[in-house]
Amino acid sequence: MSPLRRAWARFRSHRLAVAGAAIVAALALAALLAPLLAPADPLAQPDPVALQNRPPSAEHPLGTDRFSRDVASRLLYGARVSLGIGVAAALLAVLIGAGIGLAAGLGTPAVDQMLMRGVDVALALPRVFLILLALALWEDAPAGAVIGLIAVTGWFQTSRVVRALVLRLRESDFVQAARALGVGRWGLAQRHLLPHVAPAIIVSATLDVGNIILLESGLSYLGLGVRAPAPSWGNMILEGKDQLLSAPWVAVAPGLALLLTVAAFNLAGDGLQDALDPRRNR
Amino acid sequence: MSEPLAPPAAAPVPAPAAAPLLELVDLRVTFATEEGIARAVDGVDLAVQAGETVGLVGESGCGKSVTALAVLRLVEHPGHIAHGSRVRFEGRDLLALAERDIRAVRGNHLALIVQEPASALNPVLTVGSQIAEVIRAHQQVTRGAARRRAVEMLKAVGIPDAEQRYGQYAHQLSGGMRQRVLIAIALACRPHLLIADEPTTALDVTIQAEILELLDGLQRQMGMAVLLITHNLGLVAERTQRVYVMYAGQIVEEAPTEALFAAPAHPYTQGLMLAVPRLDQPRERLAAIPGQVPPATAWPAGCRFHPRCPVAFDRCRVENPPLLETGVGRRARCWLVEDEAHRGDEACRRTGAPAHRGDEAYRRTGAPAHRGEKDAGGGTS
Amino acid sequence: MPTYLVRRVVLALVTTAAAVALTFALVHLAPGEPFVAGAEERFVPPETVARLRERFGLDRPLGAQFVRYVANVARGDLGESFTRRRPVAAVLGEALPNTLLLGGVALLLSFALGLGLGIAQATRSGSWADAALSTLALALASVPAFWLGLMLLLVFGEWLHWLPVAGMTDVVAGPAPGLAHRVLDVARHLVLPALTLALVNAAAVARFHRAAMLEALGADFVRAARARGLGEARILLAHAFRAALAPAITLAGLSVPALLTGAVLVESVFGWPGMGRVAYEAIFARDYNVITGVAVVTGVLVALGNLLADLGVAAADPRVRRG
Repeated sequence: MSPLRRAWARFRSHRLAVAGAAIVAALALAALLAPLLAPADPLAQPDPVALQNRPPSAEHPLGTDRFSRDVASRLLYGARVSLGIGVAAALLAVLIGAGIGLAAGLGTPAVDQMLMRGVDVALALPRVFLILLALALWEDAPAGAVIGLIAVTGWFQTSRVVRALVLRLRESDFVQAARALGVGRWGLAQRHLLPHVAPAIIVSATLDVGNIILLESGLSYLGLGVRAPAPSWGNMILEGKDQLLSAPWVAVAPGLALLLTVAAFNLAGDGLQDALDPRRNR
Repeated sequence: MSEPLAPPAAAPVPAPAAAPLLELVDLRVTFATEEGIARAVDGVDLAVQAGETVGLVGESGCGKSVTALAVLRLVEHPGHIAHGSRVRFEGRDLLALAERDIRAVRGNHLALIVQEPASALNPVLTVGSQIAEVIRAHQQVTRGAARRRAVEMLKAVGIPDAEQRYGQYAHQLSGGMRQRVLIAIALACRPHLLIADEPTTALDVTIQAEILELLDGLQRQMGMAVLLITHNLGLVAERTQRVYVMYAGQIVEEAPTEALFAAPAHPYTQGLMLAVPRLDQPRERLAAIPGQVPPATAWPAGCRFHPRCPVAFDRCRVENPPLLETGVGRRARCWLVEDEAHRGDEACRRTGAPAHRGDEAYRRTGAPAHRGEKDAGGGTS
Repeated sequence: MPTYLVRRVVLALVTTAAAVALTFALVHLAPGEPFVAGAEERFVPPETVARLRERFGLDRPLGAQFVRYVANVARGDLGESFTRRRPVAAVLGEALPNTLLLGGVALLLSFALGLGLGIAQATRSGSWADAALSTLALALASVPAFWLGLMLLLVFGEWLHWLPVAGMTDVVAGPAPGLAHRVLDVARHLVLPALTLALVNAAAVARFHRAAMLEALGADFVRAARARGLGEARILLAHAFRAALAPAITLAGLSVPALLTGAVLVESVFGWPGMGRVAYEAIFARDYNVITGVAVVTGVLVALGNLLADLGVAAADPRVRRG
């Protein structure tokens, strides 16, 4: 059995990991099909007085908020934001990290040191602080900017992992053989290093998505990132926090959605990690 | 100054008729693996008398290390000691003891040293404290007293600057010194029996000799019995009084050391000896035993050595022989012991298997013929 | 050992300096004007803005500003806050202890919980208790800290009325309260925010420590210790836990930035008057000096945290001291 088939078999045997992956898939589907699934328009405020802060009912499965908007619909559309930003930022971060890690691992010791010291310094400031700063100074930042900022502040761990892998592989026999045959750096990277580095990158990305989703929700909660009236799970909690007693569902629903989504990504990521590198301690 | 290593007060005088200090009866240890049940130790009977040194010899994979662990009941999942096995030490069955009772035996009356000195020491604790902790675990002494005893033990195992070394860590010591520390830990409570599993294999050759001398000296001083587990025949020849040879989870030969080396009865033992290079013989190709040790999940049917045995015949392929008497205090697990007929076979003549009359092979190992034939010329015996 | 120490201190200094420079650059190069936030821009006459810029030295070239700033920081002068008209050092000086209190308690609590959980799981590895605890840890690690804070507030503050809902102290009318009363008051207010931060961090600690303990428990020296007749409790604590300690301490050091991050959100949920709140307000008001002041302090805290962690690791793992 090829290593890939074996890894798939191992993944499949972890029921929790499979559950996680299934939930992620379901959520992605729900987000994509939001226009079809949502009972109402997430932005519509049909009856600002009568429908304000209604508890869950047949028409509004998760109730309404203080602007009489349907919470369930906003939740579904909010999923697009969280999942979209989460996955995009994770992918971008991992790509940057892998690139830098490759450069550090394959480059001269001078380049390596420079890059890694830079990483150490960058880790000195809390990520949120930098993002807050940037977002606060940049009025109405588009979603792309948020994704970019999150990615640019979060590739460090991946770069370290990739660099370590590359350094180890560099000394391995088959790489030395390839170089003796005259294979250039780029060819090396492509054919010999990437297949070994790819699993680590995939795992890193999957586990990152959870953190990024939480980060984005925090930013929205602070009033940055995706702003009202467009729904994101973070800003829904922000709006709902003043009605915690009178209409708790407004704040509770998005929180639970976040919990479920991040947990699912974490489970799937763990399963991937075990499947692709079973030597780790369980 | 008191003698730190006076023998324990109640050291019994070794006598053949006395009950053995350690007795293994039908020891069986299995491991549940992906490929099936591995019968690593499959019916081992072994005895060690007080004060004597017994060797347990075999290649890797024959189950000797597992045997050592089983004696101390340290076999962990997925390993399992079978129900009918008995490990009698000083009259008690260790396998039937309660947890705290066997803890009182381990490191106290019965000690174990292992092959890799580096990994048996905790890297974040000082070496001295690890000696002191064993003393405090088994004896009611103050911390200060334990520390003093620990320093004495360090001196006893030949470590210079013992006081200073007490506070050092494993990574600051060489391999030989670490093994000395482990010996110090093992002997700190003056055990009656020491099981030494490949005590010098991981060390440099020059250090090996020192460690063995040390062990010898301490053993004599303390009147301790030693079960020496090794694949090194030279060690066994020099330092043991009796030897057990193990193959495929079972004992295949047992004999007093001199007798074993003079005239090995089992074809496997003979093969082992033929494979040892000698300086006093004309140089020839080393005779290796053909084939490999079979996996413990699939021992061969019949005699487990038969696929590799140069003198195997029909019965060997079908029935696994029991241990048969071949002399005073000697047994071998081989049908040739009983089977006179086959001893005359060509193969036997060639290899010198229990037929052994001054054959080439025997002349080379210098063994006198088994059945009172004339002494083989040109060899030491 | 001394070389190890010196190297670590130098690294700490360098990272702090770089952090400050980075923030300074970001803040000054970003679009937008100081003193005015967003919509108010059009209402402030340009002459006022020009005068304010001159007063705060913002009309000088950037390099000169930076040099002046660094010189001042070395003297302990972090400049003046535009919005509050007070020295930045004073503003931060009030807020910092509160954040340290919250962060410190949260760190200790999260490690007490996390290490305990990790040990409990490692000794019951594979059992349903282990699985249950893993699930709990997973849930805690997947929940946004600010939402958890809100929920705890809801349950313990509003529904059960056990704990106060906001602020650090209660407003007291009447004679000034004694020390004991004040300490107790702060403590009551501290419980929920610290617990929120601690629970979320504990999950990560538990997961990490469980793996570290499992590795230690499977090590040869543990089996050797058993072979010497040592009791299980002693083996667990004096051998396995001791060996797994060094990585845990490193993790503690690495947790400092995460805790400071969490503090920003949690302080806003609970109205805790700490640096997170100050930073947040300053960022929106574009109060440059406060922002850079916060960056300096944060950089120092993170560097200190790592330094302390490195020292702790050297104390816990003698193999490290060689370098």
